[in-house]
Amino acid sequence: MLPYAFCAGLLGIGLYAIISKKNIIKIIIGVCLIEYAVNLFIVMVGYRIGGLPPIITKVGETTKFVDPLPQALVLTAIVIGLATTALLAAIAVRIYKRYGTFDLTQIRRLKG
Amino acid sequence: MIEFYFLLIFMIVAAVVAVETRDLLGVIISLGAVGFAQAILFLMLQAPDLAITQVVVEALTLVILIAAISRTTRIDTTKGALVTSVLGVCILVFVVIATIQALRFLPPFGEPLLRVSEFYFENGLWGTGAANLVAAIILDFRAYDTLGEATVLFTAALGVMVILRAIGRKGK
Amino acid sequence: MREGMTLIVKTVTRIIVGFLMMYGLYIILHGHLTPGGGFPGGVIVAGSFILFLLSYGGKAGYNRIRKSLISVFEGFGGFVFLAVALFGLGAGIFFWNFLGKGEPLNLFSAGIIPICNIAIGIKVACALFTIFVAFLLLKEKD
Repeated sequence: MLPYAFCAGLLGIGLYAIISKKNIIKIIIGVCLIEYAVNLFIVMVGYRIGGLPPIITKVGETTKFVDPLPQALVLTAIVIGLATTALLAAIAVRIYKRYGTFDLTQIRRLKG
Repeated sequence: MIEFYFLLIFMIVAAVVAVETRDLLGVIISLGAVGFAQAILFLMLQAPDLAITQVVVEALTLVILIAAISRTTRIDTTKGALVTSVLGVCILVFVVIATIQALRFLPPFGEPLLRVSEFYFENGLWGTGAANLVAAIILDFRAYDTLGEATVLFTAALGVMVILRAIGRKGK
Repeated sequence: MREGMTLIVKTVTRIIVGFLMMYGLYIILHGHLTPGGGFPGGVIVAGSFILFLLSYGGKAGYNRIRKSLISVFEGFGGFVFLAVALFGLGAGIFFWNFLGKGEPLNLFSAGIIPICNIAIGIKVACALFTIFVAFLLLKEKD
């Protein structure tokens, strides 16, 4: 139960960065932290104490493996997190070119 | 078990440093510290596939973020109101307590149910012929999700090119 | 960003880039036997391209790596993945593993999984390189 609480703490810190920071780069950092927290939580659910990585080295031998299904889900999620971060960084660069600052309170007009 | 908690406390301290520092380069480097500590945690949770992927993806994230701030002023000069910070901390505490209450009904840490994975353990090697069970899952049993992920990556590359190409024509 | 980095970085890069690409290809090809697979291997190959571009500067890099060719490769990787998936559709199963399974723990085993790994590796490498070149192109036009 205690490792899950640390994941919840990391998620809370990321959410705090998204809600109450006014710099666009800090908001991107908050999104990245939430992704890290969720990936870590999913892998922790599938951990078995005394387990081995789910890779078969000798055919026909039964060993205690950890759960391979959460690892397959998180493998996809890590690469999608990279794509999201790249797109957010591109938007941040564009905003800086247009307004000259990263500060959210000085970006006034949302023109379509 | 003590090394889990050491790394988790390190991750939380690095995350707090990343959120509160004023120099943007220091913020990005602290995010890198969180990511690499997570890679070591994946290795301790017996997931070597994920550790390799997390290390290289973290390195590339750092390169892209530094390329994004390299032509800008590097000091964060925003001044947040106190009300917003207090509201943020209240929401943080509420979310942490609510998440812990919701996760109380999971099986205890280290004893998973493994009801779906019994099928993958029995049919993984002889059904697909691959010795790496995670690769067998993402490329044979659940290959449709991998097709979706390839589409997402393609869309992201397309989106970045569209956003960063329109500068030469009309931008101020 | 125009002229690249110092002479020491350029010399070390010239030695390292080949090894980096070979390591990435090793992780892609052995994806069904050892940890790794198409995704981390593709990111490592993209990393080797990005290292070359960063240390030699924008101008010298574009003479070696043409951007239109990279776009063609990205589409090619996605197309191969989708074509392999649709082959089994004639027999009624999407993504059917139709090649021979072979003996386990051999390099040529596991049906379509190595082909899918290679296609995904090419696609991921080209997509990430395109993203990085877009960031670099923006700063050049400043």
